[in-house]
This record gives sequence, structure tokens and C-alpha cells, in this order.
Amino acid sequence: MTVYLPIAEMSINALVLLGLGGIVGALSGIFGVGGGFLMTPLLIFLGIPPSVAVGTQANQLVAASVSGVLGHWRRGNVDVKLGMVMLVGSSLGTVLGVLLFGLLKRLGQIDLVINLSYVVFLGVIATLMLAESLSALWRRRRAGGPARPRRRRTALHGLPLRMRFDKSKLYISALVPFTIGAIGGLMVAIMGIGGGFFLVPAMIYILGMPTTMVAGTSLFQIIFSTAIATFLQAYQNHTVDAILALLLLLGGTIGAQIGTQASGKLRAETSRALLAFLVLAVCANMLVQLVAPPTDAFSLTVTEPP
Amino acid sequence: MTAADRSHSTRPAGYRRFNRRAAGAAAAIAVVGVLAVGAALMLMRAAQGQSLVADLSSHLIRVSADFTGAEVVLFGAVDSPGDVAVVVQGPPQDVVVRRKERTLGVWMNTQSMAFDDVPSFYLFASNRPLEDIADRPVLERHGVGLDHLRLRPADAELEGSLQHTVFRRALIRNKQTAGIYSRAPQHVAFLGEQLFRTTVSFPANVPTGIYQINVLLFQDGEVVSAQTTPLAVNKVGFGNLVFAFSRQHAAAYGLAAIVVAVFAGWSAGMVFRRR
Repeated sequence: MTVYLPIAEMSINALVLLGLGGIVGALSGIFGVGGGFLMTPLLIFLGIPPSVAVGTQANQLVAASVSGVLGHWRRGNVDVKLGMVMLVGSSLGTVLGVLLFGLLKRLGQIDLVINLSYVVFLGVIATLMLAESLSALWRRRRAGGPARPRRRRTALHGLPLRMRFDKSKLYISALVPFTIGAIGGLMVAIMGIGGGFFLVPAMIYILGMPTTMVAGTSLFQIIFSTAIATFLQAYQNHTVDAILALLLLLGGTIGAQIGTQASGKLRAETSRALLAFLVLAVCANMLVQLVAPPTDAFSLTVTEPP
Repeated sequence: MTAADRSHSTRPAGYRRFNRRAAGAAAAIAVVGVLAVGAALMLMRAAQGQSLVADLSSHLIRVSADFTGAEVVLFGAVDSPGDVAVVVQGPPQDVVVRRKERTLGVWMNTQSMAFDDVPSFYLFASNRPLEDIADRPVLERHGVGLDHLRLRPADAELEGSLQHTVFRRALIRNKQTAGIYSRAPQHVAFLGEQLFRTTVSFPANVPTGIYQINVLLFQDGEVVSAQTTPLAVNKVGFGNLVFAFSRQHAAAYGLAAIVVAVFAGWSAGMVFRRR
């Protein structure tokens, strides 16, 4: 069953897109990440132009995170207040990111920056997560009890504008979730990802949020940052392919539901270890692309379409 | 006024009838049609003293949802023996060619060169190898063959430089890899001495817009007659509507995309809740 994607200007098998959406959607439900860091490289691999992949991905993530957040919402696992503070930051980050994206594109360095950001962010985060979750799993096996969450007092607790977040049992400076949100927003615009793979560990390790709250709250915030990105990409760059997004989100929303239900059955440490491996795999793939000699050292960019 | 212009203004009614019929007909029927109409055309043209007439089996390619490529038959007649070359060019676009170099262990774009008015699609056909038909300056003047196609750098001072040669070659190679510049010339087949035909194939990723198809008649290494025929490659159906909407009402399109996504995500969540 072949469909024509009007913005990507290519024909592709609809079942491939549905299946891809479903698998990535399931992962997003399990881990509370948008799945964009998997989807964007896979779309590019299928021959979708990178700019269209990034723009469409933002649109698809809106649906995936709406669908994903519902399950967490019903279980009361969304801290709306904290999410709103992060949202203020991510809105600014997204707008800034779209401007930066345009500038880098004109300079011909956008692909390099995307690849480098993937490698650096994914590498650091995956290593941290893997170390943490493996040692937690190991402790559990030894002690037979759940690992105690660590609460450290760091310099972050000395910042001004402290706010109380009852749902997450936190009393911290609003600047911290704001900054985390802003970095997440930059990622939406530049890397075509929801930023969940950054937000989730940042919320666990920097904010010290309870793990149960993290997935729902990050998804809640991602809905809005991806919606802003969708609008800007469609309005400025004409890179949102609605047909492609519709197919991806059709598979993705169903997958996300399955994933959300499965996530309740997985131990937090196990789920984090699995995610860490996944993130590492994508990171390794990106690294290879950066250092391996390209098949053709030359590439084309159409600056003024017919 | 050129010979080509005159041929358009004197099209008879029977000519149009053929055009409609051939558009939907199978290749075999098309050949018969080509022969019949070609002969008729030739007689008329002989009376008017033109040396070349050519046309397409269709002047419109519809890119629909299930588009997997298309073929168009180009046919025509000449009144005296000669060589025929056909050049198909897509709508022009501005292109930047970038070169990657290894910097600090990482491959990054370092040099670049901008080109203006590059044909988005290029294909050519001839009845004989080009070098047997005409000399290089003649071929260059008419842009026949990829080696003779003029690709103009945006910075005019660079034209003819070594850098231009290298980047020009890279541009062609990349377009060929994408399947939108032909790798080898297509064949123009002569049926007898005066009727000729060739098949022009367009891939699934054909750029849309108005194409120019140039048919040239060579005699003794010079172009003695030429005709340009337009061909439209248009998106049709739902895909076209979406594309037009996304360009003409970009803000509304963006908002609609968000609303659809929110609704899809929400309804999927509801469906699963009831279960």
C-alpha cells in the first residue's frame, strides 16, 4: 500500500510507517520519552529529507505525548505546576532553537550540529543512566529491598525563586526546572525530538523528582513544546508533512497506550537500564556517521526551489 | 519567428485528436499512431518547408498518491536525413554544493559553491553518440549532454576555475545518484529516414513544475532546426490539496496539524480507557 507524501515529495509504503510509529510509540509509553531520538534518524534512513523529518516529527510527538500523558494522568502521575514552570522555559528554548536552526542551515552546518548534539547528549546521559540503574539493580539483588532515592544537597538548592511543588514533594528554585525546560525546547527545534531522554534523567538526578512522576510530567510538558515547534516549522520552513505525521501518529498513539500499560509492570531500574542501552545504540550509530568517510564528500542543498 | 513557433500556430484538428487518443493508449498502439500521424505531419510540414516537427504523447504528468514514475513517448519527423537530439530539463533551481572534509576527526562541510538556475531534472537522448553528431562548441551552445550542460556559479568570477570544474562534477554526480539526472543517453530510434521516436522516463521522485523538452535536428554538425515543447508535472488529488494548503495558508496548516494530532492522541487514549 503506497502513499504519496506531499511535503516530503516521495512515495512510501504506508505499512512501514504505521509499524515504525507503533514500535516507537510503545517505547515512548514505556520510558516516558517521546521517541523522537529514534524516529528522526529512522525517517532520514527511509529517505525522508532531514528537515522534513525534524518538522514532521514535532507534529507526531504532539499526538504521542497527548496519548501517553492520559495514562499517567489517570494514575495521578503528572505534576502540572512543575510542568508549567518547565513549559515557560521550553517555549523560549523552542523559539530560540528554530531561529538557530535556520542560521545553521544557511551556514551548511545543521547536519553536523544535529549529529554532534546527538552523540554528546545521548552519550553522557546513557552512561549516567546505565551506571545508576545497573548499580541500583545490583544493590536490590544484594539487599533484597528497593534502592533508596538519593537526595543530595547541592549548589542548586541555594538558588533564588524557590517554589513548593507538593505533588513531587519538592521545594526548589523555579530556575532549575525552567532551565531544564529551555534546554528541552532547544532540542525539540534542533534535533527533532521531544527531549524526553534528556528531561527524564534531568528530572530524576537534578530535580530529585520521584520516578513515578517523571514520565507523566515530562510528557505533559513535551505536548506544548512540540506543538510550538510544529507551528513554527509549518509556518516558517514548510517542513511539516501532515500525511506522514498522520500515519506515524496512527501507529504511534496505539503503541504509546500499550507502552504506558506495560510501563507499570516494569521496575523503574529495569526500564531505565533498557532505555540506556537503546540511547547508547543510537549514539554509537551517530558517532559512526560523524567519523566514517562519507560515500560522497559532496552534497547538494536546494536554496531556491522551483 | 522560428520554425518551431510556426508549427504550433498551424496545428490541424486531426493532430489534437491523436494527442488525446495516444495519451491513454498502450505502447503498441502509440507506435501505430506515431507512424500514421507522423506521416501526415511530414506531408504538411514538407509543404511549409519546415525541417522538424515533434510532439509528446502527453503534455501532463499527474503525480498522485500512488505515483511510481511515468513514461512519455516523444515522436516526430524530419524532412531530410540528419541527427536528432532530445534534451529534457526540469524547472530551474538554485543549488549549493558543499564539500565535507575531515576536521578534528569529524567530517564537516568546509567549502561550498552556489549555482544559479540549475535544471532540477535533466535527461537527453540522441540517435547516435554525441561526439559523432557535432563538435563540442555546438553541443555546449545548446546544452546537449551532461558534459556540455552549462552550470553557472552564482559568483561569475569562478566560472571556468578548477573549483568550478570539481563542484560542477559533484553536482551532476549527486543528481545522478538521486536518479533525476540521466547517467547515460537515451536512444532516439529512427523508423525509416524521417520518422523518429524516443521514450522519456520520469522516476517516482520527479520534481514538479513546467519542463522544457528541446528537440534539435543536426545536419553536418550544425543545428538546422529546433523545437521546444512544454511538459507539466503536477501534483494531483489529496496530496496536491495538502501541499497547496501548506504553502498558501501556512499558519492555518500548522494549527490544523496540531489540532489533528491532539485529537488523534486523545481519542486513542479514550479508546484504550474503555477497554
